[in-house]
Amino acid sequence: MSEKYLPSTPPEARVRAGHFGEAIMPPAGVIPGPVYVYTAGIRIWHWVTMLAIIALAVTGYFIGSPLPSIGGEAYDAYLFGWIRFTHFAAGMILGVAFLLRVYAFIVGGHHARQIFYIPFWSIGWWKEVFAEVRWYLFMGQPKEYIGHNPLAQFAMFTMFMLPLIVLLLTGFALYAEQMGINTLWYSLFGWVFVVLGESMTVRLWHGVAMWVVIIFSIVHMYMAIREDMTHRQTAVSAMISGWRFFR
Amino acid sequence: MGRQETFYELIRRQGISRRNFLKFCSLSAASLGLAPHFAGKIAHAMETKPRVPVLWLHGLECTCCTESFIRSAHPLAKDVILSMVSLDYDDTIMAAAGHQAEQAIEDVMRDYKGQYILAVEGNPPLAEDGIFCIPGGKPFVDKLKHVAADAAAVIAWGSCASWGCVQAAKPNPTQATPIHKVIKNKPIVKVPGCPPIAEVMTGVITYYVTFGELPALDKQGRPLMFYSQRVHDKCYRRCHFDAGQFAETFDDRGSREGYCLYKVGCRGPTTYNACSTTRWNEGVSFPIASGHGCLGCSEPDFWDNGPFYERLQTFPQFGAEATANRIGATAAAVVGVGIAAHAGLTALRQAKVKPNSPAETDKRA
Repeated sequence: MSEKYLPSTPPEARVRAGHFGEAIMPPAGVIPGPVYVYTAGIRIWHWVTMLAIIALAVTGYFIGSPLPSIGGEAYDAYLFGWIRFTHFAAGMILGVAFLLRVYAFIVGGHHARQIFYIPFWSIGWWKEVFAEVRWYLFMGQPKEYIGHNPLAQFAMFTMFMLPLIVLLLTGFALYAEQMGINTLWYSLFGWVFVVLGESMTVRLWHGVAMWVVIIFSIVHMYMAIREDMTHRQTAVSAMISGWRFFR
Repeated sequence: MGRQETFYELIRRQGISRRNFLKFCSLSAASLGLAPHFAGKIAHAMETKPRVPVLWLHGLECTCCTESFIRSAHPLAKDVILSMVSLDYDDTIMAAAGHQAEQAIEDVMRDYKGQYILAVEGNPPLAEDGIFCIPGGKPFVDKLKHVAADAAAVIAWGSCASWGCVQAAKPNPTQATPIHKVIKNKPIVKVPGCPPIAEVMTGVITYYVTFGELPALDKQGRPLMFYSQRVHDKCYRRCHFDAGQFAETFDDRGSREGYCLYKVGCRGPTTYNACSTTRWNEGVSFPIASGHGCLGCSEPDFWDNGPFYERLQTFPQFGAEATANRIGATAAAVVGVGIAAHAGLTALRQAKVKPNSPAETDKRA
């Protein structure tokens, strides 16, 4: 038990080649040392995005289904204006954070890239996804992964990254609509209305994508906490400190 | 057919003074949102240019566009159809009928090849070779293609010609099709609305007569001068929207106070039209001013875009008009219950394996 894989150990020493998601297969009875998985930029992006999504989901819900009216004259209140302002401001933050995240995808390593794609054509990868599904159905034994396991990668791509892109595109298209048809916003995002159709339809998909992200977030939180409590590696703290510890 | 006389010659012949003529030019310039010196330009065009021949065809439609058009106040529809343009064919309002009327089309197409305007009200149904609309013994789609072939430009009047409107609503049994999907090689200006605002219709014609070209269009082919802003942007109830003051039903206090109609389904925020600026019937009113939300009649597929009196679009596939919120909340609740069950099973498992069982550790290693 005493032998530890130090952070400086080259990954090849711990990672068995040929496995997707960098499955690690330490010798029996050996606890691998901590691995620095999430760089500071990724971690900041994660939490900024989380806060933005909370603000966006709450204000977005109220934009679609507004609160009961307050009485009086219009000049006494600017409630809906503030709700919309918060939504737009949080949307801008989410958008900028996303662009920076795309930059991290381009310059970053394996862990920074994982949630942007799935190795769709790889049979081996799908087998590992299936192994993870079996594990969560209390059957079988999956591998240990330094980054996201294949099932997590699948969920993060299909239920977070894709809906996030849909949310940003439809959101900015609707923003462009109110900014006006002659603006740069509209030149950048007006095509969304050509692809999806009339703006009520764009709103519909904006709402659907939000619910997909909400459901993802619920499962995501459960999985992360469950992983922390039952698995032999850290999950929640890894997104705070960046280090994944094994025990 | 001889030389078309100009607008100016015609109105002078009708006994209208030059002073009144210039007043009309200023009004037209103002209604088009042009700078004051354009009044002179309009006057010059009216004095020198021959009247533009217009062929006005009617396909599958309800004639509400024509009804709207003849109520134009600035300029008067009379001035447009009798003076500014030469309306040589319009089967709804022309005096000639039968073969005589149809001959007028051929005459104009021969004498003014490539110079006349084709105005289309309604659209062609394409199913079963267009048999669902047969004017003059021929399918409308054939007539439309025939007349469009030599037109200088095409005006799509109303939502029918522009988007398809009610006859193209799901399931669209006759395959009613907007004209831009039938006429591919001509400039088309869409003037959507059910019907379009009268002044918008005459404004588009005035612009063409004045400048000899179609006005600047947006990506979807609508004139920017009338369709670049949403009804919401210039709505006089906008202050209530920003304040968060909404009518919940059509008979509550908020409705009587004139609060925003957003929650009772107003489509103002998604509708590009000039209703809140130009208004209707000589600027008397428009739907929202009368206490009814905008239906979004100038937007594509407005009949299919969810219930008129609710804010959110629905998925018909999920039974009784479920909104995205309802489906999403239900799905989230199901997932929540699933997670709770899964967590319970996990806890049971852990309790069996623990405490500090080496079995688990070894298995994972």
